[in-house]
Amino acid sequence: MNLTVAEKILYAHVGKLTRAGDIAITPVDGAMATDTTAPMAIKAFGEMGGTRLWDAERFHLVLDHAAPAPNERVANLHKLMRDFAREQGCALYEIGQGICHQIMVEQGHVRPGHVFIGADSHTSTYGALNAMACGVGSTDLAAVMLTGKIWLKVPHTIRIDCRGQLPDGVSPKDLVLYLTGQLGISGATYMAVEFDGEAFESMTLAGRMAVANLLAEMGAKTGFVTPVGLHIPHAWAAAGWEGTFADPDANYVKTLTVDVSKLRPQVAAPESPDNVVDIDRHLGTKIDYAFIGTCGNGRLEDLRAAAAVLNGQHIAPGVRFVIAPASKQTLLDAIQDGTAYALIQAGATIINPGCGPCVGTHEGVPADGEVVISSANRNFRGRMGNPRSQIFLASPATVAASALTGEITHAGNL
Amino acid sequence: MKCSGNAHVYGDNIDTDRIIPGKYTKTLDLQSLADHVLEDLDPDFRTRFTVGDVLVGGDNFGCGSSREQAPVALKVVGISVVIARYFARIFFRNAINIGLPVLEVPDHDIQPSDVLTVDMARGEVLNQTQQKTYRATQMPDIMLAILAEGGLVPYLKKHGDYRATLR
Repeated sequence: MNLTVAEKILYAHVGKLTRAGDIAITPVDGAMATDTTAPMAIKAFGEMGGTRLWDAERFHLVLDHAAPAPNERVANLHKLMRDFAREQGCALYEIGQGICHQIMVEQGHVRPGHVFIGADSHTSTYGALNAMACGVGSTDLAAVMLTGKIWLKVPHTIRIDCRGQLPDGVSPKDLVLYLTGQLGISGATYMAVEFDGEAFESMTLAGRMAVANLLAEMGAKTGFVTPVGLHIPHAWAAAGWEGTFADPDANYVKTLTVDVSKLRPQVAAPESPDNVVDIDRHLGTKIDYAFIGTCGNGRLEDLRAAAAVLNGQHIAPGVRFVIAPASKQTLLDAIQDGTAYALIQAGATIINPGCGPCVGTHEGVPADGEVVISSANRNFRGRMGNPRSQIFLASPATVAASALTGEITHAGNL
Repeated sequence: MKCSGNAHVYGDNIDTDRIIPGKYTKTLDLQSLADHVLEDLDPDFRTRFTVGDVLVGGDNFGCGSSREQAPVALKVVGISVVIARYFARIFFRNAINIGLPVLEVPDHDIQPSDVLTVDMARGEVLNQTQQKTYRATQMPDIMLAILAEGGLVPYLKKHGDYRATLR
Protein backbone atom coordinates (compact mmCIF):
# COMPACT_ATOMS: atom_id res chain seq x y z
CA MET A 1 0.00 0.00 0.00
CA ASN A 2 3.13 2.23 0.21
CA LEU A 3 1.91 4.00 3.35
CA THR A 4 3.95 5.99 5.85
CA VAL A 5 3.44 5.61 9.60
CA ALA A 6 1.34 8.79 9.72
CA GLU A 7 -0.87 7.59 6.85
CA LYS A 8 -1.36 4.21 8.57
CA ILE A 9 -2.27 5.63 11.96
CA LEU A 10 -4.73 8.08 10.38
CA TYR A 11 -6.19 5.30 8.21
CA ALA A 12 -6.88 3.28 11.36
CA HIS A 13 -8.59 6.27 12.99
CA VAL A 14 -10.50 7.87 10.13
CA GLY A 15 -11.71 4.59 8.64
CA LYS A 16 -10.85 5.58 5.11
CA LEU A 17 -7.58 6.05 3.36
CA THR A 18 -6.17 9.56 3.23
CA ARG A 19 -2.82 10.35 1.66
CA ALA A 20 -0.24 13.06 2.24
CA GLY A 21 -1.78 16.39 1.30
CA ASP A 22 -5.39 15.36 1.99
CA ILE A 23 -7.43 16.87 4.81
CA ALA A 24 -8.45 14.33 7.45
CA ILE A 25 -10.91 14.83 10.28
CA THR A 26 -9.82 12.30 12.85
CA PRO A 27 -11.08 11.20 16.26
CA VAL A 28 -8.43 11.56 18.95
CA ASP A 29 -7.49 9.07 21.67
CA GLY A 30 -6.46 11.69 24.18
CA ALA A 31 -5.76 15.36 24.72
CA MET A 32 -4.15 17.59 27.31
CA ALA A 33 -3.44 21.22 28.13
CA THR A 34 -1.19 23.08 30.55
CA ASP A 35 -1.45 26.22 32.64
CA THR A 36 -0.15 28.25 29.67
CA THR A 37 -2.79 27.00 27.24
CA ALA A 38 -5.71 25.57 29.25
CA PRO A 39 -7.22 28.83 30.56
CA MET A 40 -7.77 30.16 27.03
CA ALA A 41 -8.97 26.72 25.90
CA ILE A 42 -11.50 26.50 28.73
CA LYS A 43 -12.76 29.98 27.84
CA ALA A 44 -13.04 29.10 24.14
CA PHE A 45 -14.77 25.78 25.01
CA GLY A 46 -17.46 27.73 26.87
CA GLU A 47 -17.81 30.27 24.06
CA MET A 48 -18.29 27.41 21.57
CA GLY A 49 -21.29 26.35 23.63
CA GLY A 50 -19.44 23.49 25.31
CA THR A 51 -20.88 22.26 28.60
CA ARG A 52 -19.45 18.73 28.93
CA LEU A 53 -16.11 17.37 27.70
CA TRP A 54 -16.45 14.86 24.87
CA ASP A 55 -14.81 12.29 27.17
CA ALA A 56 -13.53 13.27 30.62
CA GLU A 57 -11.46 10.06 30.85
CA ARG A 58 -9.38 11.11 27.87
CA PHE A 59 -8.73 14.71 28.81
CA HIS A 60 -5.97 15.80 31.20
CA LEU A 61 -4.89 19.11 32.69
CA VAL A 62 -1.39 19.74 34.03
CA LEU A 63 -0.05 22.57 36.21
CA ASP A 64 3.58 22.68 35.10
CA HIS A 65 4.58 25.87 33.26
CA ALA A 66 4.36 28.24 36.21
CA ALA A 67 3.72 26.01 39.19
CA PRO A 68 3.55 26.66 42.10
CA ALA A 69 2.02 29.97 41.07
CA PRO A 70 4.57 32.82 41.10
CA ASN A 71 1.92 35.57 41.43
CA GLU A 72 -1.79 36.15 42.01
CA ARG A 73 -2.60 36.25 38.30
CA VAL A 74 -1.27 32.73 37.72
CA ALA A 75 -2.79 31.55 41.01
CA ASN A 76 -6.21 32.53 39.71
CA LEU A 77 -5.62 30.72 36.40
CA HIS A 78 -4.64 27.59 38.36
CA LYS A 79 -7.85 27.93 40.35
CA LEU A 80 -9.85 28.21 37.15
CA MET A 81 -8.28 24.93 35.94
CA ARG A 82 -8.91 23.16 39.26
CA ASP A 83 -12.54 24.28 39.24
CA PHE A 84 -12.99 23.11 35.65
CA ALA A 85 -11.45 19.69 36.39
CA ARG A 86 -13.68 19.22 39.44
CA GLU A 87 -16.79 20.23 37.50
CA GLN A 88 -15.97 18.00 34.49
CA GLY A 89 -14.43 15.06 36.32
CA CYS A 90 -11.23 15.07 34.28
CA ALA A 91 -7.74 14.51 35.67
CA LEU A 92 -5.75 17.50 36.90
CA TYR A 93 -2.10 16.97 37.74
CA GLU A 94 -1.23 19.30 40.58
CA ILE A 95 1.90 21.36 41.14
CA GLY A 96 4.94 19.18 41.66
CA GLN A 97 3.63 16.22 39.67
CA GLY A 98 5.87 17.17 36.77
CA ILE A 99 5.91 18.17 33.14
CA CYS A 100 2.83 17.33 31.07
CA HIS A 101 4.72 15.22 28.51
CA GLN A 102 6.48 13.13 31.14
CA ILE A 103 3.20 12.59 32.98
CA MET A 104 1.23 11.58 29.85
CA VAL A 105 3.81 8.83 29.17
CA GLU A 106 4.35 7.71 32.78
CA GLN A 107 0.61 7.46 33.42
CA GLY A 108 -0.07 5.62 30.17
CA HIS A 109 -2.47 8.28 28.87
CA VAL A 110 -0.75 8.05 25.50
CA ARG A 111 0.02 4.70 23.91
CA PRO A 112 1.49 3.35 20.69
CA GLY A 113 -0.73 3.95 17.68
CA HIS A 114 -2.74 6.72 19.35
CA VAL A 115 -3.64 10.05 17.83
CA PHE A 116 -2.98 12.46 20.69
CA ILE A 117 -3.44 16.23 20.68
CA GLY A 118 -1.69 18.46 23.19
CA ALA A 119 -1.88 22.20 23.63
CA ASP A 120 1.89 22.43 23.81
CA SER A 121 4.35 22.42 20.94
CA HIS A 122 6.45 19.61 22.44
CA THR A 123 3.56 17.15 22.31
CA SER A 124 5.61 15.58 19.49
CA THR A 125 7.57 13.89 22.32
CA TYR A 126 5.11 10.94 22.26
CA GLY A 127 6.55 9.98 18.89
CA ALA A 128 8.94 8.06 21.15
CA LEU A 129 6.00 5.69 21.74
CA ASN A 130 5.16 5.36 18.05
CA ALA A 131 2.05 7.50 18.58
CA MET A 132 0.91 10.31 16.28
CA ALA A 133 1.07 13.32 18.58
CA CYS A 134 0.59 16.89 17.45
CA GLY A 135 0.91 20.18 19.28
CA VAL A 136 -1.82 22.79 18.81
CA GLY A 137 -2.93 26.08 20.34
CA SER A 138 -5.75 26.73 22.79
CA THR A 139 -8.69 27.09 20.39
CA ASP A 140 -7.89 23.91 18.43
CA LEU A 141 -7.69 22.16 21.79
CA ALA A 142 -11.07 23.62 22.79
CA ALA A 143 -12.52 22.11 19.62
CA VAL A 144 -11.11 18.70 20.65
CA MET A 145 -12.65 19.14 24.12
CA LEU A 146 -16.01 19.74 22.42
CA THR A 147 -15.97 17.27 19.52
CA GLY A 148 -13.26 14.70 20.30
CA LYS A 149 -11.91 15.39 16.82
CA ILE A 150 -9.37 17.47 14.98
CA TRP A 151 -8.78 18.31 11.34
CA LEU A 152 -5.27 17.68 10.05
CA LYS A 153 -3.58 17.93 6.71
CA VAL A 154 -2.09 14.46 6.27
CA PRO A 155 1.65 15.14 6.45
CA HIS A 156 4.32 14.30 3.96
CA THR A 157 7.17 12.40 5.63
CA ILE A 158 10.95 12.73 5.90
CA ARG A 159 12.82 9.56 6.82
CA ILE A 160 16.01 9.78 8.87
CA ASP A 161 18.10 6.62 8.89
CA CYS A 162 20.87 6.62 11.50
CA ARG A 163 23.46 3.88 11.01
CA GLY A 164 25.94 2.71 13.62
CA GLN A 165 26.00 3.24 17.38
CA LEU A 166 26.55 6.50 19.22
CA PRO A 167 30.07 6.67 20.67
CA ASP A 168 30.53 6.63 24.47
CA GLY A 169 29.72 10.02 25.94
CA VAL A 170 27.50 11.03 23.01
CA SER A 171 23.83 11.02 23.93
CA PRO A 172 20.50 10.97 22.08
CA LYS A 173 20.34 14.75 22.74
CA ASP A 174 23.60 15.25 20.86
CA LEU A 175 22.21 13.21 17.97
CA VAL A 176 18.95 15.10 17.76
CA LEU A 177 20.68 18.48 18.06
CA TYR A 178 22.89 17.39 15.16
CA LEU A 179 19.84 16.35 13.13
CA THR A 180 18.08 19.65 13.92
CA GLY A 181 21.13 21.49 12.66
CA GLN A 182 21.10 19.42 9.48
CA LEU A 183 17.39 19.85 8.75
CA GLY A 184 17.09 23.42 10.03
CA ILE A 185 14.37 25.05 12.09
CA SER A 186 11.86 24.83 9.25
CA GLY A 187 13.30 21.71 7.61
CA ALA A 188 10.28 19.56 8.44
CA THR A 189 7.55 22.23 8.54
CA TYR A 190 4.09 20.65 8.14
CA MET A 191 5.73 17.21 7.82
CA ALA A 192 6.20 14.03 9.81
CA VAL A 193 9.64 12.55 10.49
CA GLU A 194 10.38 8.83 10.85
CA PHE A 195 13.54 7.99 12.82
CA ASP A 196 14.91 4.60 11.82
CA GLY A 197 18.14 2.68 12.14
CA GLU A 198 20.39 1.00 14.68
CA ALA A 199 21.12 4.18 16.60
CA PHE A 200 17.46 4.47 17.61
CA GLU A 201 16.83 0.75 18.02
CA SER A 202 19.18 0.60 21.00
CA MET A 203 17.83 3.74 22.72
CA THR A 204 15.99 3.78 26.04
CA LEU A 205 12.52 5.29 26.19
CA ALA A 206 14.05 8.41 27.78
CA GLY A 207 16.47 8.76 24.87
CA ARG A 208 13.67 8.31 22.36
CA MET A 209 11.67 11.02 24.12
CA ALA A 210 14.65 13.40 23.95
CA VAL A 211 14.78 12.76 20.19
CA ALA A 212 11.06 13.19 19.48
CA ASN A 213 10.97 16.29 21.70
CA LEU A 214 13.05 18.25 19.19
CA LEU A 215 10.66 17.53 16.31
CA ALA A 216 9.10 20.84 17.31
CA GLU A 217 12.41 22.58 16.59
CA MET A 218 12.43 21.11 13.08
CA GLY A 219 8.96 22.56 12.46
CA ALA A 220 7.43 19.07 12.22
CA LYS A 221 3.77 18.27 12.77
CA THR A 222 4.64 14.93 14.32
CA GLY A 223 7.17 12.12 14.15
CA PHE A 224 7.86 8.53 15.03
CA VAL A 225 10.87 6.80 16.49
CA THR A 226 11.08 3.21 15.23
CA PRO A 227 9.24 0.79 17.52
CA VAL A 228 12.13 -1.67 17.18
CA GLY A 229 13.69 -2.11 20.61
CA LEU A 230 11.06 -0.02 22.40
CA HIS A 231 10.44 -1.27 25.90
CA ILE A 232 7.04 -0.15 27.07
CA PRO A 233 7.08 0.61 30.79
CA HIS A 234 3.52 -0.44 31.55
CA ALA A 235 1.37 -3.50 31.85
CA TRP A 236 -0.37 -2.50 28.63
CA ALA A 237 2.63 -3.69 26.67
CA ALA A 238 1.36 -7.21 27.28
CA ALA A 239 -1.82 -6.48 25.32
CA GLY A 240 -0.15 -7.63 22.11
CA TRP A 241 1.44 -4.57 20.62
CA GLU A 242 3.26 -4.87 17.30
CA GLY A 243 4.11 -1.28 16.46
CA THR A 244 3.26 0.67 13.33
CA PHE A 245 5.83 0.37 10.57
CA ALA A 246 5.89 2.18 7.26
CA ASP A 247 5.51 0.02 4.15
CA PRO A 248 8.83 -0.73 2.43
CA ASP A 249 7.72 1.28 -0.59
CA ALA A 250 6.27 4.23 1.37
CA ASN A 251 6.62 7.63 -0.23
CA TYR A 252 9.10 9.98 1.41
CA VAL A 253 9.82 13.55 0.38
CA LYS A 254 13.38 13.06 1.54
CA THR A 255 15.62 10.48 3.21
CA LEU A 256 18.59 11.53 5.29
CA THR A 257 21.18 8.83 6.01
CA VAL A 258 23.67 9.52 8.79
CA ASP A 259 26.55 7.47 10.18
CA VAL A 260 26.45 8.36 13.87
CA SER A 261 29.50 6.38 14.96
CA LYS A 262 31.87 9.37 14.81
CA LEU A 263 29.46 12.00 16.18
CA ARG A 264 30.91 14.50 18.69
CA PRO A 265 28.89 16.15 21.47
CA GLN A 266 26.89 19.03 19.99
CA VAL A 267 25.82 22.48 21.15
CA ALA A 268 23.17 24.82 19.76
CA ALA A 269 24.48 28.37 20.07
CA PRO A 270 22.24 31.42 20.61
CA GLU A 271 19.62 32.29 19.38
CA SER A 272 18.17 29.31 17.54
CA PRO A 273 18.02 25.58 18.28
CA ASP A 274 19.23 24.80 14.74
CA ASN A 275 22.42 26.84 15.21
CA VAL A 276 24.21 23.58 15.97
CA VAL A 277 27.95 22.82 15.84
CA ASP A 278 30.41 20.34 17.33
CA ILE A 279 31.17 21.26 20.93
CA ASP A 280 34.79 21.97 19.96
CA ARG A 281 33.75 25.31 18.41
CA HIS A 282 32.60 26.68 21.77
CA LEU A 283 34.93 24.95 24.24
CA GLY A 284 36.09 27.47 26.84
CA THR A 285 33.12 29.85 26.53
CA LYS A 286 32.45 31.12 30.08
CA ILE A 287 29.08 30.25 31.59
CA ASP A 288 27.24 31.70 34.59
CA TYR A 289 24.35 29.32 34.89
CA ALA A 290 23.79 25.64 34.08
CA PHE A 291 20.31 24.14 33.87
CA ILE A 292 19.16 20.53 33.54
CA GLY A 293 15.48 19.81 33.15
CA THR A 294 12.49 20.20 30.81
CA CYS A 295 10.55 17.85 28.57
CA GLY A 296 13.76 17.70 26.51
CA ASN A 297 16.16 16.25 29.08
CA GLY A 298 15.05 16.21 32.71
CA ARG A 299 14.59 12.47 33.14
CA LEU A 300 16.31 10.07 35.54
CA GLU A 301 18.99 8.99 33.05
CA ASP A 302 19.77 12.67 32.42
CA LEU A 303 20.21 13.32 36.15
CA ARG A 304 22.33 10.20 36.47
CA ALA A 305 24.50 11.29 33.54
CA ALA A 306 25.07 14.62 35.29
CA ALA A 307 25.94 12.95 38.60
CA ALA A 308 28.37 10.62 36.83
CA VAL A 309 30.17 13.57 35.23
CA LEU A 310 30.37 15.47 38.53
CA ASN A 311 31.75 12.33 40.19
CA GLY A 312 31.87 13.77 43.70
CA GLN A 313 33.43 17.11 42.71
CA HIS A 314 31.90 20.52 43.41
CA ILE A 315 30.76 22.93 40.67
CA ALA A 316 32.91 25.97 39.89
CA PRO A 317 32.70 29.03 42.16
CA GLY A 318 30.36 31.67 40.78
CA VAL A 319 28.30 29.18 38.75
CA ARG A 320 24.65 28.40 39.52
CA PHE A 321 23.39 24.91 38.72
CA VAL A 322 19.61 24.42 38.69
CA ILE A 323 17.92 21.06 38.16
CA ALA A 324 14.19 20.56 37.58
CA PRO A 325 13.27 16.84 37.50
CA ALA A 326 10.79 16.00 34.76
CA SER A 327 8.31 14.49 37.20
CA LYS A 328 7.68 13.60 40.81
CA GLN A 329 8.55 10.01 39.89
CA THR A 330 11.88 11.18 38.45
CA LEU A 331 12.62 13.05 41.67
CA LEU A 332 11.63 10.11 43.87
CA ASP A 333 13.79 7.74 41.82
CA ALA A 334 16.71 10.17 41.98
CA ILE A 335 16.33 10.42 45.76
CA GLN A 336 16.11 6.67 46.17
CA ASP A 337 19.19 5.82 44.11
CA GLY A 338 21.36 8.58 45.58
CA THR A 339 21.52 10.70 42.42
CA ALA A 340 19.77 13.65 44.05
CA TYR A 341 22.10 13.49 47.06
CA ALA A 342 25.16 13.53 44.80
CA LEU A 343 23.87 16.45 42.73
CA ILE A 344 23.02 18.58 45.77
CA GLN A 345 26.38 17.76 47.38
CA ALA A 346 28.05 18.93 44.16
CA GLY A 347 26.34 22.32 44.45
CA ALA A 348 23.16 21.86 42.41
CA THR A 349 19.83 23.39 43.42
CA ILE A 350 16.99 20.96 42.80
CA ILE A 351 13.71 22.76 42.21
CA ASN A 352 10.24 21.27 42.03
CA PRO A 353 9.32 19.00 39.11
CA GLY A 354 7.88 21.03 36.23
CA CYS A 355 9.01 23.26 33.38
CA GLY A 356 11.12 25.37 35.75
CA PRO A 357 13.00 28.33 34.26
CA CYS A 358 12.69 27.11 30.63
CA VAL A 359 9.68 29.33 29.89
CA GLY A 360 11.10 32.48 31.46
CA THR A 361 8.42 32.93 34.08
CA HIS A 362 10.13 32.07 37.39
CA GLU A 363 12.58 29.82 39.24
CA GLY A 364 15.82 31.13 37.76
CA VAL A 365 15.73 33.98 35.24
CA PRO A 366 19.26 34.85 34.01
CA ALA A 367 20.66 38.37 34.53
CA ASP A 368 21.79 40.81 31.81
CA GLY A 369 24.86 39.60 29.97
CA GLU A 370 24.79 36.14 31.52
CA VAL A 371 25.44 32.95 29.59
CA VAL A 372 23.36 29.84 30.27
CA ILE A 373 24.03 26.26 29.22
CA SER A 374 20.86 24.20 29.28
CA SER A 375 19.52 20.75 28.46
CA ALA A 376 16.24 22.35 27.26
CA ASN A 377 15.03 22.60 23.69
CA ARG A 378 14.82 26.34 22.93
CA ASN A 379 17.35 29.16 23.07
CA PHE A 380 15.41 31.92 21.35
CA ARG A 381 16.06 35.47 22.52
CA GLY A 382 14.28 36.10 25.80
CA ARG A 383 13.28 32.46 26.19
CA MET A 384 14.32 32.24 29.85
CA GLY A 385 12.84 35.64 30.64
CA ASN A 386 15.72 38.00 29.80
CA PRO A 387 16.45 39.08 26.21
CA ARG A 388 19.90 40.29 27.31
CA SER A 389 21.10 36.80 28.26
CA GLN A 390 22.33 34.02 25.99
CA ILE A 391 21.46 30.33 25.99
CA PHE A 392 23.47 27.38 24.68
CA LEU A 393 21.70 24.01 24.38
CA ALA A 394 23.55 20.76 25.05
CA SER A 395 23.28 17.29 26.56
CA PRO A 396 23.00 16.82 30.34
CA ALA A 397 26.60 15.50 30.45
CA THR A 398 27.89 18.63 28.72
CA VAL A 399 25.82 20.88 31.00
CA ALA A 400 27.20 19.15 34.11
CA ALA A 401 30.80 19.25 32.82
CA SER A 402 30.39 22.97 32.11
CA ALA A 403 28.96 23.59 35.60
CA LEU A 404 32.05 21.90 37.01
CA THR A 405 34.56 24.09 35.17
CA GLY A 406 32.59 27.32 34.60
CA GLU A 407 33.08 27.12 30.84
CA ILE A 408 31.68 25.00 28.03
CA THR A 409 33.41 21.67 28.52
CA HIS A 410 33.45 18.27 26.84
CA ALA A 411 32.73 15.76 29.62
CA GLY A 412 35.20 13.39 28.00
CA ASN A 413 38.02 15.89 28.59
CA LEU A 414 37.56 16.03 32.35
CA MET B 1 -12.44 41.75 3.49
CA LYS B 2 -10.15 44.52 2.26
CA CYS B 3 -7.67 46.51 4.31
CA SER B 4 -4.85 48.97 3.76
CA GLY B 5 -1.87 49.89 5.88
CA ASN B 6 1.86 50.37 6.17
CA ALA B 7 4.11 47.32 6.15
CA HIS B 8 6.26 46.45 9.17
CA VAL B 9 8.77 43.99 7.76
CA TYR B 10 10.82 41.41 9.68
CA GLY B 11 13.00 38.50 8.60
CA ASP B 12 12.81 34.71 8.63
CA ASN B 13 11.99 32.44 11.60
CA ILE B 14 10.32 35.01 13.84
CA ASP B 15 9.52 32.83 16.84
CA THR B 16 6.56 33.20 19.18
CA ASP B 17 8.87 34.05 22.11
CA ARG B 18 9.77 37.19 20.15
CA ILE B 19 6.14 37.92 19.30
CA ILE B 20 5.08 37.69 22.95
CA PRO B 21 7.57 36.60 25.65
CA GLY B 22 6.47 33.66 27.82
CA LYS B 23 6.47 35.76 30.98
CA TYR B 24 3.42 37.72 29.76
CA THR B 25 1.35 34.81 28.46
CA LYS B 26 -0.26 33.64 31.70
CA THR B 27 -3.35 35.84 31.59
CA LEU B 28 -6.90 35.98 30.33
CA ASP B 29 -6.68 39.78 30.09
CA LEU B 30 -5.90 39.52 26.40
CA GLN B 31 -5.76 43.27 25.87
CA SER B 32 -2.70 43.35 28.18
CA LEU B 33 -0.74 41.37 25.57
CA ALA B 34 -0.75 44.43 23.32
CA ASP B 35 1.61 46.21 25.74
CA HIS B 36 4.39 43.69 25.12
CA VAL B 37 3.90 42.57 21.54
CA LEU B 38 7.22 42.18 19.66
CA GLU B 39 9.13 43.87 22.51
CA ASP B 40 12.20 41.61 22.32
CA LEU B 41 12.27 41.80 18.51
CA ASP B 42 11.65 45.49 17.94
CA PRO B 43 11.37 47.66 21.06
CA ASP B 44 10.27 50.69 18.94
CA PHE B 45 7.45 48.86 17.18
CA ARG B 46 4.68 50.49 19.22
CA THR B 47 5.90 54.04 18.44
CA ARG B 48 5.83 53.46 14.65
CA PHE B 49 2.67 51.40 14.54
CA THR B 50 -0.79 52.61 13.51
CA VAL B 51 -3.89 50.47 13.95
CA GLY B 52 -4.62 48.67 10.68
CA ASP B 53 -0.97 48.27 9.67
CA VAL B 54 0.27 45.04 8.10
CA LEU B 55 2.91 42.77 9.64
CA VAL B 56 5.20 41.09 7.10
CA GLY B 57 7.56 38.19 7.71
CA GLY B 58 9.78 35.94 5.63
CA ASP B 59 9.97 32.15 5.95
CA ASN B 60 8.56 30.17 8.89
CA PHE B 61 6.82 33.04 10.66
CA GLY B 62 5.63 32.14 14.17
CA CYS B 63 7.85 29.12 14.86
CA GLY B 64 8.40 27.73 18.35
CA SER B 65 5.93 27.68 21.20
CA SER B 66 2.28 26.82 20.56
CA ARG B 67 1.15 29.86 22.55
CA GLU B 68 -2.00 31.23 20.96
CA GLN B 69 -1.22 34.43 22.84
CA ALA B 70 1.13 35.26 19.91
CA PRO B 71 -1.53 35.79 17.22
CA VAL B 72 -3.88 37.19 19.88
CA ALA B 73 -1.26 39.83 20.79
CA LEU B 74 -0.97 40.84 17.11
CA LYS B 75 -4.75 40.99 16.81
CA VAL B 76 -5.42 43.03 19.95
CA VAL B 77 -2.71 45.58 19.13
CA GLY B 78 -4.54 46.20 15.86
CA ILE B 79 -2.55 44.42 13.12
CA SER B 80 -5.01 43.98 10.25
CA VAL B 81 -3.29 41.07 8.49
CA VAL B 82 -0.03 39.11 8.69
CA ILE B 83 1.77 38.23 5.46
CA ALA B 84 4.67 35.75 5.31
CA ARG B 85 6.39 33.61 2.68
CA TYR B 86 5.11 30.74 4.83
CA PHE B 87 4.01 30.21 8.42
CA ALA B 88 5.01 27.74 11.10
CA ARG B 89 2.14 25.27 11.37
CA ILE B 90 0.77 25.94 14.86
CA PHE B 91 0.89 29.72 14.42
CA PHE B 92 -0.92 29.38 11.09
CA ARG B 93 -3.74 27.35 12.66
CA ASN B 94 -3.92 29.56 15.73
CA ALA B 95 -4.21 32.74 13.66
CA ILE B 96 -7.09 31.36 11.60
CA ASN B 97 -8.74 29.93 14.72
CA ILE B 98 -8.81 33.31 16.49
CA GLY B 99 -9.84 35.15 13.31
CA LEU B 100 -6.56 36.97 12.61
CA PRO B 101 -6.26 37.18 8.83
CA VAL B 102 -3.02 35.67 7.52
CA LEU B 103 -1.82 35.26 3.97
CA GLU B 104 0.97 33.07 2.66
CA VAL B 105 2.68 35.00 -0.15
CA PRO B 106 5.71 32.96 -1.26
CA ASP B 107 7.29 35.52 -3.62
CA HIS B 108 6.80 38.85 -1.91
CA ASP B 109 9.54 41.51 -1.82
CA ILE B 110 7.73 43.93 0.48
CA GLN B 111 9.96 46.61 2.00
CA PRO B 112 9.51 48.49 5.29
CA SER B 113 6.89 51.25 5.03
CA ASP B 114 5.50 50.02 1.70
CA VAL B 115 1.79 50.77 1.60
CA LEU B 116 -0.27 47.63 1.03
CA THR B 117 -3.87 46.94 0.19
CA VAL B 118 -4.90 43.38 1.00
CA ASP B 119 -7.93 41.69 -0.53
CA MET B 120 -8.49 38.58 1.59
CA ALA B 121 -11.33 37.23 -0.54
CA ARG B 122 -9.27 37.33 -3.73
CA GLY B 123 -6.03 36.39 -2.00
CA GLU B 124 -4.28 39.41 -3.47
CA VAL B 125 -1.87 41.95 -2.06
CA LEU B 126 -1.40 45.24 -3.91
CA ASN B 127 1.87 46.96 -3.08
CA GLN B 128 0.96 50.58 -3.80
CA THR B 129 4.51 51.84 -3.19
CA GLN B 130 6.11 49.43 -5.66
CA GLN B 131 3.06 49.30 -7.94
CA LYS B 132 2.83 45.53 -8.07
CA THR B 133 0.46 42.75 -7.05
CA TYR B 134 1.27 39.46 -5.28
CA ARG B 135 -0.90 36.34 -5.24
CA ALA B 136 -1.38 34.41 -2.03
CA THR B 137 -1.33 30.61 -1.81
CA GLN B 138 -4.82 29.09 -1.69
CA MET B 139 -5.67 27.86 1.81
CA PRO B 140 -7.47 24.52 2.38
CA ASP B 141 -11.27 24.88 2.28
CA ILE B 142 -11.56 24.12 5.96
CA MET B 143 -9.34 27.07 6.88
CA LEU B 144 -11.28 29.37 4.56
CA ALA B 145 -14.54 28.16 6.12
CA ILE B 146 -13.24 28.79 9.66
CA LEU B 147 -11.88 32.23 8.73
CA ALA B 148 -15.14 33.12 6.96
CA GLU B 149 -17.01 32.55 10.25
CA GLY B 150 -14.52 34.76 12.10
CA GLY B 151 -12.61 31.92 13.75
CA LEU B 152 -13.06 28.44 15.18
CA VAL B 153 -15.19 29.59 18.15
CA PRO B 154 -17.97 31.11 15.98
CA TYR B 155 -17.56 28.25 13.47
CA LEU B 156 -18.23 25.57 16.09
CA LYS B 157 -20.85 27.63 17.87
CA LYS B 158 -22.74 27.70 14.61
CA HIS B 159 -22.10 24.16 13.31
CA GLY B 160 -21.48 22.22 16.55
CA ASP B 161 -18.95 19.98 14.77
CA TYR B 162 -16.58 19.97 11.82
CA ARG B 163 -18.50 19.79 8.58
CA ALA B 164 -17.53 16.79 6.50
CA THR B 165 -17.61 18.41 3.06
CA LEU B 166 -14.06 19.58 3.27
CA ARG B 167 -11.14 19.19 0.97
